[in-house]
Amino acid sequence: MTDNSPANQPVHSTRPGGPTQATLVQKARAKLAFKPAHTSPTYRQRKYSIRLWAVKHSRFFEWFYKKFANAFLVLHPFWNWVGYNRAEAPVTAVERCVKGLLFDCRMCGQCVLSSTGMSCPMNCPKQLRNGPCGGVRENGNCEVEPNMPCVWVQAWKGSRHMVGGDAILNVQKPVDQSLRETSSWLRVTAQSAVEREQKEAAQ
Amino acid sequence: MTASANKDRDVNENDPGAPLEPKEGHSSFGRLERVLRRGEFAVTTELNPPDSADPRDVYERAEIFEGWVDGINAVDASGANCHMSSVGICALLTRMGYAPILQISCRDRNRIAIQGDVLGASAMGVQNILCLTGDGVQAGDQPGAKPVFDLDCMSLLETVRTMREESRFLSGRKLTYPPHVFLGAAINPFAPPYDFRPHRLAKKIAAGAQFVQSQYCFDVPMFREYMKRVVDMGLNEECYIMCGVGPLASAKTANWIRKNVPGIHIPDAVIKRLEGAENQKAEGKKLCIEIMQEVKEIEGVSGIHVMAYRQEEYVAEIVYESGVLKGRKPWKREAAPDVEQLIETHETIQAEEKAKPPQEIVKEVAN
Repeated sequence: MTDNSPANQPVHSTRPGGPTQATLVQKARAKLAFKPAHTSPTYRQRKYSIRLWAVKHSRFFEWFYKKFANAFLVLHPFWNWVGYNRAEAPVTAVERCVKGLLFDCRMCGQCVLSSTGMSCPMNCPKQLRNGPCGGVRENGNCEVEPNMPCVWVQAWKGSRHMVGGDAILNVQKPVDQSLRETSSWLRVTAQSAVEREQKEAAQ
Repeated sequence: MTASANKDRDVNENDPGAPLEPKEGHSSFGRLERVLRRGEFAVTTELNPPDSADPRDVYERAEIFEGWVDGINAVDASGANCHMSSVGICALLTRMGYAPILQISCRDRNRIAIQGDVLGASAMGVQNILCLTGDGVQAGDQPGAKPVFDLDCMSLLETVRTMREESRFLSGRKLTYPPHVFLGAAINPFAPPYDFRPHRLAKKIAAGAQFVQSQYCFDVPMFREYMKRVVDMGLNEECYIMCGVGPLASAKTANWIRKNVPGIHIPDAVIKRLEGAENQKAEGKKLCIEIMQEVKEIEGVSGIHVMAYRQEEYVAEIVYESGVLKGRKPWKREAAPDVEQLIETHETIQAEEKAKPPQEIVKEVAN
């Protein structure tokens, strides 16, 4: 089956004296350009108000997440009883909805929101986890998506409101793609439970 | 030329294409690191990568920089436009004895490919690697390509440093011989968030950057402000900072760059000055030289990176007129002393062969 949609038509200059290759590509760019999964053209036209609101209130979310993580840790015996593997699916679903709404979470499975001023770095078209690239526009918007505020400009703003905001200065490890679509809440809880046990054992 | 003289000029006396002798405290066997560590004002430039499979295109483009620069950047599909690969260009340049700076961008390759390329390039004699994130694919001539961005510039720096210092891959698997490379990164002091930019440099240094090259500088006061903060943080002592400069061909080009290339900051005053000039190209060159002269006096600046895209033939002139080298002469290929004699012999042999047509030789033999 051949697909004759305009996006699949080759773009090249046919007649001499006509527009150059570069001009043609530039004109067809909106149609041709790669679009990541979970985003549609309409999604990308929207306003980013909730995400920006979350960054504005990063101090509150920092405080709230601390309480929330503690609550999850208190529930450790419960998770153990259910089994972390069995809890994975429902918790992941909830996490996706909540963080998806607030931060446009992409479920990388290794959340760094507390180190990035509550602005999710996976929304950066280059998925940078260590700071802004050199292409940030003068109005603070993204070079790739001109109507989206740069994730990292927001992250820097958000981190300045936070108590532990200087965590933004730490160098982050590359994303482990094998953890995608898993719950980082459960992982963090399991890790802190292990750490707590080790501490107790040492004492 | 004597051996000692060669040592000062950072040439391997046996083979100009081979790495230099290891030196205490140096992480590479390359010329650029030696120049910077000696405290000399370094000059690097960028090679416009050819859209061809002919090695001569690379040699021709590198030749015009000879004797004027300490390193040549081999760009990795800059602006997401496809060209000859940076590893390929570096392999060709090292054969001739140049000191290429291999740019690696994270846009097109994942961590497996990149670590393999680092080993391959180092084996080919590449001594300097510049770690970049890379432009988005949407900026280039093939916007439908899949952006990879598996690593970012920071984790790339850390990966290569781990390979060099701990002699292992990211996975922990051992290397039998580590890549001895001088690690670089890019900085852009001219894009927001301005407060974060010096911290980002600090992060890059923590990740392994030993030298950095900046984006085009057209706004010296802004760069001075940035450098002041960098010096206050003491970063210039941990890392060699090179300022990026380049000539603008015309006011039209400047306006086009402003509109289409995010991240390059051109103040209004620059465009006005170009518009007012009779010969815009000459004025652009003059402006570039003036910026270089101002920048070299700023505290903490260890070198200059000249990016003269499609004006490569002016690099020598710009470097000469700005006086940044202070009379120093960077490496230049030199013909071996017996080369002229060899050419002469070769020419005589050819002339003799031409003089006698084969028919005559056959006749001679028959008689």
